[in-house]
Amino acid sequence: MSGALAAAASTTSTGEAVQFWVLGTVAVIGALCTILMRKAVHSALSLAGTMIVLAVFYLANGAYFLGVVQIVVYTGAIMMLFLFVVMLVGVTAADSLKETLKGQRWLAALCGLGFGILLCAGIGNASLKTFDGLGQANSGGNVEGLAALVFTKYVFAFEITGALLITAAVGAMVLTHRERTERARSQREQSEERVRTGKHVPPLPAPGVYARHNAVDIPGLLPDGTTSELSVNATLRGRGQVRDVSGEALAELAALEQRSERWLGRRKPEGTEAEGAEGAAGASEDAEHRKGAAK
Amino acid sequence: MNPVNYLYLAALLFTIGAAGVVIRRNAIVLFMCVELMLNACNLAFVTFSRLHGNLDGQIIAFFTMVVAAAEVVVGLAIIVTVFRSRHSASVDDASLMKL
Repeated sequence: MSGALAAAASTTSTGEAVQFWVLGTVAVIGALCTILMRKAVHSALSLAGTMIVLAVFYLANGAYFLGVVQIVVYTGAIMMLFLFVVMLVGVTAADSLKETLKGQRWLAALCGLGFGILLCAGIGNASLKTFDGLGQANSGGNVEGLAALVFTKYVFAFEITGALLITAAVGAMVLTHRERTERARSQREQSEERVRTGKHVPPLPAPGVYARHNAVDIPGLLPDGTTSELSVNATLRGRGQVRDVSGEALAELAALEQRSERWLGRRKPEGTEAEGAEGAAGASEDAEHRKGAAK
Repeated sequence: MNPVNYLYLAALLFTIGAAGVVIRRNAIVLFMCVELMLNACNLAFVTFSRLHGNLDGQIIAFFTMVVAAAEVVVGLAIIVTVFRSRHSASVDDASLMKL
């Protein structure tokens, strides 16, 4: 805020008004999306947008330090922490729409509406026609002013904040730490056990090398064109995220062969072509059959 | 425009956050709604600071941010622990004290 607004004023600049109405709309839409989106990731991103808008509002209100802290701490650290936990818990997990309490949603919306009206009525009744502005308070610099207050008037609160942060860090570590109940087996022990049991002594086959999707979720093909389930990570197998492209691959190969034959101007004997197409269809059928069996 | 409009916006955001806490089931989204409410309070504090021409409001908003950061760390750790034991982040599923 400029020094001109240091004295009591009743309106802000037009630019700030335009900024408020445009960004305020964005903030409210972001907040509504936060509570209405079914997937937690979308909620988190909407909330991050709202928080960035709030940072701009802090800057507009003369809280330069808080505006930067809002971006660094909230949208930078806290929202990323949220996203980490969302990823841990599962991105695809959408909220169930089943209501456990009948009519709870409408009642909640009604209560929210009443609460909002109450708050707005309270603000409307307060006599806030003029405002002082921060021109004088920020004259020595916003950060300097805050520092002077933090280390004099609020020094005890500041010290206690340090204790709180340490407690929170220790608490988070204690809550998420898991003690190993058994010793992890070493690589040597695992290899010795493999040899002793006689199962899969050589390394497991590598997954398919098609550079699409995740590539590691595509099983490698055995010489006869069928897929090797062993080539895919056990976790992906357990989740059922194995992509079988052997049918497609065989069909593509057959098409390629056919094209090259045509390009070379040589006609293939009818029987071989039909057999190739049939083989591809048979392989995909076979893959479907095996997928069904795995489930 | 009077800066009081910022207070109305803060009230609106706080209301949306409060409604979200009541409506949603996913513990992470509940937590985000709480954060939204804290942010709305911060906006109100910053606006009060401007209305009254001193920096006390900004100091309180600053402390709110610190407490919110500590709260998020512990709260998300609790959510992760509950998710590990119940394989669900829904608050409806966490209806028993002991699994």
